[in-house]
Amino acid sequence: MSTLVLLLFTGLGLGALYFLVAAGLSLIYGLMGVLNFAHGAFLTLGAFTGWEMARRAGSDNWGVFLLSLVIGAAAGAAFAAFTEFVLIRRLYQRHIEQVLVTLGLSLAAVALFDGTWGTDPVYIQGPAWFKDTTDILGARVPNDRFVCIVAALLVLLALVFFLKKTRYGMIIRAGVENRSMVTALGIDVRKAFTLVFTIGGAAAGLGGVLASHYFGYVSPMLGGSLLIFAFIVTVIGGLGSLTGAAIAAVAVAVLQQFANFYLGGTGDFVVVLALALVLLFRPTGLLGRTA
Amino acid sequence: MSTAAERSATEAPPILRVEGLNARIAGQQVVEDVSFTVPATGITALLGRNGVGKTSTIKAIIGLIDRAGVVELAGERIEKEATFKIIQRGVGYVPEDREVFSELTVAENLRLAERDAAPRRQLVEELFPDLLARSGQMAGTLSGGQQQMVSLARALLNTNKILLVDEPTKGLAPKIVGEVAETLAEAARTVPILLVEQNLHVVRQLAEGVVVLSGGRVVHTGRALDFLDDARLIQRHLGVSSDTASHGETAAEPAQKGAAL
Repeated sequence: MSTLVLLLFTGLGLGALYFLVAAGLSLIYGLMGVLNFAHGAFLTLGAFTGWEMARRAGSDNWGVFLLSLVIGAAAGAAFAAFTEFVLIRRLYQRHIEQVLVTLGLSLAAVALFDGTWGTDPVYIQGPAWFKDTTDILGARVPNDRFVCIVAALLVLLALVFFLKKTRYGMIIRAGVENRSMVTALGIDVRKAFTLVFTIGGAAAGLGGVLASHYFGYVSPMLGGSLLIFAFIVTVIGGLGSLTGAAIAAVAVAVLQQFANFYLGGTGDFVVVLALALVLLFRPTGLLGRTA
Repeated sequence: MSTAAERSATEAPPILRVEGLNARIAGQQVVEDVSFTVPATGITALLGRNGVGKTSTIKAIIGLIDRAGVVELAGERIEKEATFKIIQRGVGYVPEDREVFSELTVAENLRLAERDAAPRRQLVEELFPDLLARSGQMAGTLSGGQQQMVSLARALLNTNKILLVDEPTKGLAPKIVGEVAETLAEAARTVPILLVEQNLHVVRQLAEGVVVLSGGRVVHTGRALDFLDDARLIQRHLGVSSDTASHGETAAEPAQKGAAL
């Protein structure tokens, strides 16, 4: 029982990270049709800037941790807004070029991170409470899992509130469904594009700081490794669906953890298999719109 | 003898002027050197068989598809502008197939369309009381007729210089077709309308002028009744008999009877 509980919470913590990356990816693709391969770089920049801030502060208390979350989210948001405004805006409807540019940007960003912070992983500390465990039904669950889960839930709630209760949220929901009709109502949808990129970047940056605590290190490849699974989550959840991304993130991460433990480390394989099954039997994803 | 209103409409500069309009979709020419004007009052019908480029012409006017040529709205060139800016100049667009946002509520669909500082909510509520009762309902769960009301309401919420209305009666029950026609007639009292319509009975009821397209080109312009009463023109350009046209059948239906439109 304790193993099951531990695997479940570890999966939920990882799912929280997947969600923070996939939420932005899904909204960006749903609204703009942009397959953003640079999204992992937003996460990595968030992780490094968050760590850099904590290092310079010379302390690992809760205040510094919370500030590092803000700094990481802000760095991810700024990088994402820059990417949309300077690179992507000129390439709408040119999907091949978008893929090439975002892929190139992700490679360049990794090289920049290598040059700035080195290629080796940087091991990090957090508040002492992170290293402790909490006993749940006999399982000793590392506390940092709870931090990831709570943060992802808060981001999910904030995004749902934004999408449901604000005019820009309404524009984004409408744009995911029919972008050209939004413009045909006299709305400058490009502002919504920049906003979605920025929000996605902020979530990824926040995810970067949390991921660095979850894994215990930051490296230039951190974003890339999470991005692969975030893409899978996005497709399984349904492109453009925030709720779909949340459900798929948890499902993929928990499945991955259980398969790793019970099926001889085959977690990644099982996740890809799940992706294949979804594409075969429900190509629009769990909550994606049917054509 | 022409009425004062007709003389006024003839003499007033057109609200919309299209000249040498060309448009392509995926490399294929769908509108070819189209030129026409829309008077500043009344309803002008844009007619033609299926696939001749009526919807593409409307979309090209507001920049939803790549186009070249001259488009003037109230004397100002707009062909280089982005769609949202053209709409903000005072163009109401009611697309073919309604295109309501199915995962937004009726109220959200309407709120999204509000451009003016003081949108005409009261007018819309008077015209479409059913929508008020269904304001919290997802637009995707509405019937076709109700969705058309949402689509029309979105355009009528704002003060426009012109309405571009694309096949508003398509696929609707006869009773609803009548309601849509009444709404358009009411709207046309205050704003000129360029109407794409296959139902020739509705065209006869509403339109004062016609622009007829064939093969992506304009092949006829003139008074609506003159066109609808000319069996030879109807047969040649729409592929239906004047008898069909005068008895209110849609120009699309005869396709099933062997006269493809």
